[in-house]
Amino acid sequence: MNLAGLGIPVTVLSGYLGAGKTTLVNHLLRNADGQKLAVLVNEFGALPIDKDLIEAADDEVISIAGGCICCSFGSDLSAALSQLSAMNQPIDHILIEASGVARPEAIMWSVGLVSGVLPDGIVILADAETIQKAARDKYMSDTILAQLQAADLLILNKIDLVTEEEVRVTSSWLALQNENAPIIPITYGKVERDIVLGHCVQRIYAKGAHQDAAGPSTLTLLPKHNIDVLELAQTLAKDYPNIARAKGFATNKSGEKILIQVVGSRYSTSIVSKELPDGIVCLGLGETLRKRHFKRLLHLLKI
Amino acid sequence: MGKIRIFSAKKIITMNPNQPETTHVAVREGRILSTGTLEELAIWDDYTLDETFHNKILIPGLVEGHAHVMAGALWRHVYCGYFDRADPDGNMWQGSKTIADVIELLQVAESKLKYPALPLAGWQFDPIYMDNQRVTRSDLDQVSATRPVGVLHASGHILNVNSKALELADLLRPGINHPGIPLDKDGLPTGELYGPDAIGPVSKYVGFDRASMEGDADALRAFGKICVRSGVTTITDLAARITEESVDKMLEVTEHPTFPARIVPLRIFMGASAKDTIDLVLSLKERSTDQLRLGRIKAVADGSIQGFSARMRWPGYFNGAPNGLWYTLPEQLGELYRLALANGVQVHTHTNGDEATEMALDTLAPALNEVPSVDHRFTLQHCQLADAAQFRRMRNMKMCVNLFANHHFYWGDEHYRLTVGPERARRMNACRTALEMGVPMAIHSDAPITPLAPLFTAWCAVNRLTLSGRVQGDGEKISIQDALYAITLGAAYTLHLDGEIGSVEIGKKADFAVLEQDPIDIGGANIKDIEIWGTVQGGRVFQAKKL
Ligand SMILES: [Zn+2]
Repeated sequence: MNLAGLGIPVTVLSGYLGAGKTTLVNHLLRNADGQKLAVLVNEFGALPIDKDLIEAADDEVISIAGGCICCSFGSDLSAALSQLSAMNQPIDHILIEASGVARPEAIMWSVGLVSGVLPDGIVILADAETIQKAARDKYMSDTILAQLQAADLLILNKIDLVTEEEVRVTSSWLALQNENAPIIPITYGKVERDIVLGHCVQRIYAKGAHQDAAGPSTLTLLPKHNIDVLELAQTLAKDYPNIARAKGFATNKSGEKILIQVVGSRYSTSIVSKELPDGIVCLGLGETLRKRHFKRLLHLLKI
Repeated sequence: MGKIRIFSAKKIITMNPNQPETTHVAVREGRILSTGTLEELAIWDDYTLDETFHNKILIPGLVEGHAHVMAGALWRHVYCGYFDRADPDGNMWQGSKTIADVIELLQVAESKLKYPALPLAGWQFDPIYMDNQRVTRSDLDQVSATRPVGVLHASGHILNVNSKALELADLLRPGINHPGIPLDKDGLPTGELYGPDAIGPVSKYVGFDRASMEGDADALRAFGKICVRSGVTTITDLAARITEESVDKMLEVTEHPTFPARIVPLRIFMGASAKDTIDLVLSLKERSTDQLRLGRIKAVADGSIQGFSARMRWPGYFNGAPNGLWYTLPEQLGELYRLALANGVQVHTHTNGDEATEMALDTLAPALNEVPSVDHRFTLQHCQLADAAQFRRMRNMKMCVNLFANHHFYWGDEHYRLTVGPERARRMNACRTALEMGVPMAIHSDAPITPLAPLFTAWCAVNRLTLSGRVQGDGEKISIQDALYAITLGAAYTLHLDGEIGSVEIGKKADFAVLEQDPIDIGGANIKDIEIWGTVQGGRVFQAKKL
């Protein structure tokens, strides 16, 4: 959502062949819930969109129910991103589906060069059943490990195919590869849209601080004063591993309005010129996020 | 039935062991009717005797198995190379020996441009030979402050641009955070762009657009002229983004009666699934003509050695750089191989590092077990670091190899001290091992990466001299006869064209390279200095001076 005029957020999604990227993307498109999502793929052959979702298709663009689209970018990612950011029909979020040989962080650097879009986060998908074996592959080992290390969020898919014990073992193995990224266990590519795409910020306006019954555990922080925004962002990213995402606005000590974005351990802050009410929505993993878990944070916010 | 034209020559080297040398060749309908003495040929029918070549040496038209039409396209930009080089029209461009030379060259070109918004681009800049001095946007702002200016390095991995180019790409601003884009003290980019990810967003603003990088009709015509100047009559365009529409254009150019080369474009395996790629080339194959041979695929396994993006086996890069990049997943390559074998489509695979070569071998082996093929001739391109065991596997799988012999001269010293170290530098592009292991072999220039000139490539394989004058890998030198074979029948074999071209014998295309000196007499040390008069292609005579 290009809420603050800072550009369309861009998420890079990657993971080794068979990790379930296709299912996950189709799940997100199916549950876009009014959000206009653009999926960028290197080639159409690699990412089939479910037939019932397709409204129209030509060589370069597939139109999807609900105003979403899927485009192939071929060899020119930056041109494709510029085009999307300049579209008449505004796009809320861009998801780049990176190929299995990609270096996701390199794609994110390229995204950072394009005006009109804003790097959001790197989401890496891993197959609970096969990821450890794949990571020992004679040829792909270092590529796969580098992808896991580049993740801001790790999604462990297909946990229904293994035992709970195996989920625990694989999760701790993943944590060894990347100690900062939250690990989100799922089945059938069914991940909370807000966790991948971080549209939680609209809740500040739409629903206030209410807890969604079905969605991920959320907590809305409402700072009442001007605060050290950078320290807040760092704290959310580094000190609270059970926060998968946080996004919102706060006013810094010099009175500037700042957008805070946290994806796993990655955070960014940017000055915005619009007048928006302060409030940061946090999305949690596992158990419910409660205010008492956030004593230090609340102290920081002087709430 | 057409007329018979008999060419006489001082000597014809045929590459046909039954008659290695002769003096006359009879041509009819663009093909060789017969070779032998004038008395033998006269028996066929009435003829006209053409004595244009009576003091020249004819050899089979040379075959370049790895080049790109881009070699013709780049000449619309300013040549900034270190070495003297002739353009498609035969003008000699002096090498630029200093940064100041390059700036001056660009200033002269700039002063000739009409419209103020036109971009200016240079190519083949090589500061490796200028103490690796850096060039920043303030240097290129001296060329122009108002039009975008860019200079692409010979390696293709670095682009230097001026302030205007950065401004157009919206990169002349603070806050840029990219490892390939260094920043100045003022927080703005210096104008040096490292690697394809950093080059990509800017290159089109300085004039390196898709047409100039991949080739259009003009580029193809220029490419044809370069072929005549280097004695080449059949050449690949390895890894083109061929479409049904681009074939229309290629047909229009290559079917023209004065177009002097047979083009073999290979469709790159990128941006489409294996099945779609196979379907496309199968339908393109139907549109092949004598001068345009479609229906082959090129896959790319890894990057380049000098760019440190090639995939290396243990112990990796000599300077400790991290291992390179895969460009295609083994699973995708395996799917392509299986489908290609099943459909009788040939695949050439770019492997630079020895791990990439190993991966291609490991991937083809099970595909061949699944889809046995008697004569697939799948070829590894570059394959620069393969060892003897890998060549033996290639032989066992009936594969071919096309080695990048020009590397010895242009980057041999870099490989020795920086990329792979002395031992592997000595076995790089191991032509002798390939031949001894029985792998059908070609050698190539990868033009425009290095200049198109098969006789120079042969010289590299025969002498293995680096730029600094060291012999690198004495044991991998090959004989001049083997080198001549590699740039004629050897390369033709990798394209399944050895029945049509590559030697001077009855039934084959009347394709000859016309030389002023005899390569055997002149000897291996001087073979690169042979003057090339021109070519005969499909029976038509092309004199380089009169193009
Ligand atoms: Zn090439």
